[in-house]
Amino acid sequence: MKSRALSKITGIFYSTRLAPYVFVLPFLVVFFVFFLYPTISSVVMSFHNIVGFGNWEFIGLKNYERLNNVHFFMALRTSTLYTVLTIAILIPVPMIIAVFLNSKFMLARNFFRSVVFLPALISVVVAGIAFRLLFGNTEVAFVNSILARFGREPVRWMLNHTTGMFLMVMLGTWRWAGVNMIYFMSGLQAIPSELYESASIDGAGVFRKFFGITLPLLKPIAIYVFTISIYGGYAMFTESYVFWNQSMPGGIGMTIVRYMYQEGLLQNRLGFGSAVGVTLLTIVFVINIIQLRLFGMFRKE
Amino acid sequence: MKIAHVLKKRKRVSPGQIVSLIAFTILCVVLLFPLYYLFLASFRPTQLLFREGMALGLNLEQMTLDNYAYIFSGASRYANWYFNSIAITALYTMSALIVCSVVGYGLAVYNFIGRNLIFGLVLFVMMIPLEILMLPLYRIIIGMKLVNTYAGVILPYVAFPLGIFFFRQYAVSLPRDYLDAGRIDGCTEYGLFFRIMAPLMLPAYGAMAILLARKEWNNFVWPLVVLRTGDKYTLPIGLASQIDPYGTGFQVLLPGAVLAILPPVLVFVFGQKYFISGLTVGGIKG
Repeated sequence: MKSRALSKITGIFYSTRLAPYVFVLPFLVVFFVFFLYPTISSVVMSFHNIVGFGNWEFIGLKNYERLNNVHFFMALRTSTLYTVLTIAILIPVPMIIAVFLNSKFMLARNFFRSVVFLPALISVVVAGIAFRLLFGNTEVAFVNSILARFGREPVRWMLNHTTGMFLMVMLGTWRWAGVNMIYFMSGLQAIPSELYESASIDGAGVFRKFFGITLPLLKPIAIYVFTISIYGGYAMFTESYVFWNQSMPGGIGMTIVRYMYQEGLLQNRLGFGSAVGVTLLTIVFVINIIQLRLFGMFRKE
Repeated sequence: MKIAHVLKKRKRVSPGQIVSLIAFTILCVVLLFPLYYLFLASFRPTQLLFREGMALGLNLEQMTLDNYAYIFSGASRYANWYFNSIAITALYTMSALIVCSVVGYGLAVYNFIGRNLIFGLVLFVMMIPLEILMLPLYRIIIGMKLVNTYAGVILPYVAFPLGIFFFRQYAVSLPRDYLDAGRIDGCTEYGLFFRIMAPLMLPAYGAMAILLARKEWNNFVWPLVVLRTGDKYTLPIGLASQIDPYGTGFQVLLPGAVLAILPPVLVFVFGQKYFISGLTVGGIKG
């Protein structure tokens, strides 16, 4: 009897109707435990004042009211500026590089592709160490020693808002340009070459072909890169951490995720940190919806 | 005769090609320069480096391996971090490959109630930066007693949505005839996956393995939250812990950074083909 019941259970387990659910089960478990539950709990936590472990006190929107402070707005400003600047660089530049490195006209293009992609293999922390070395504060540090030759005073790169932003954007550009280039390259390879051939027959020049064919057909890829750049820009943390890991004089390099980390984990204000997180989530979400609307991505689906 | 023929057929190099060649050479020198400088500096005594700076040429007489000797002496935990990085990267890559391929396969091959909903959830999770959830995730990890463990770093991210998406796209294009043939031969649904379909997806496993390993080797934010003590740090966390405003940590940072670059670069050199195909899956082909 017992073995019969058992075989019935194994029979269900092996049935074709249950099998697909067994296959997707790992995703569902991770989704509920490590995504849905934390998302909800983040929202719930943001309405509470949490002291230590078990001590939750409902305080309504107080945490959100407390967001109205100089530090939060500075972090918001830094993250937004970083996002705007990286997008302004990391879409046109990799696109142009990809157009060149995809064209038969270019010599040694496989070699150049590898080199441009190489920084994407390297941890932001490691790259940051190299940049700290190049942009050191002393007069013998590489960039300052070059400035000295032109008779300029040494710059204290990490102690100033403008140069601090410059460092983060440089590091981000160096690290991510290769990845975006690959995206654009895959887009270029999807464009049928007949289009260019017939355009040549009609007498179109290089620029006409670029603006008439390449650019419009790369639009979907550009939108994709735009979307992940917004995501990446607002989630930026490491690029700031490698320059200012202990102290942030005057809040230089304080980004939103950094602020959340600082308040929520280091200062142990879980409720307030969660309010920062929920706000960030809303910002990224709204911007992405707006831009996908603007570019008409929903109509296509 | 023959040579002359070949030469004649060969296209002339135009001035435009020369100009773009030069431009890209300059670009590459600029891109590689930080790494070259880091490499060179790692052989220089750090005190000299900060007092006098450094010349850009290779000068073997002035180079020393002292910094490298230091990170493998008892004074530094560097070897520990290297081991942790390798272990976490290997464990994460294997577990994420299994989870992503199984789920992607299930979504691709079967028609079942809720399939579109689940696939929609996968795409949705892909659009949310998970760093935002670090506070509640940290509480869950505490509750599971996984703080400062490999499992705590790995578990929340094993169902990597891009990986599921990739395996789904790949499995959709596999021939279904094998499935029916296998069923007639009495193979179970799981047997079909492990014996027939998974081996057919080997190229997908290769591409995804490289993407996952590269991602995990350089992973920073979440391991920083989970790993609390120096002996459990991974390379990026350990190196970052040595950064200080006065530059005293550079004796560990410079050789440590150089050695941390090696594994991904070696894999890149030997597995370029897989690299590119793994990266372009993020595109909008789906």
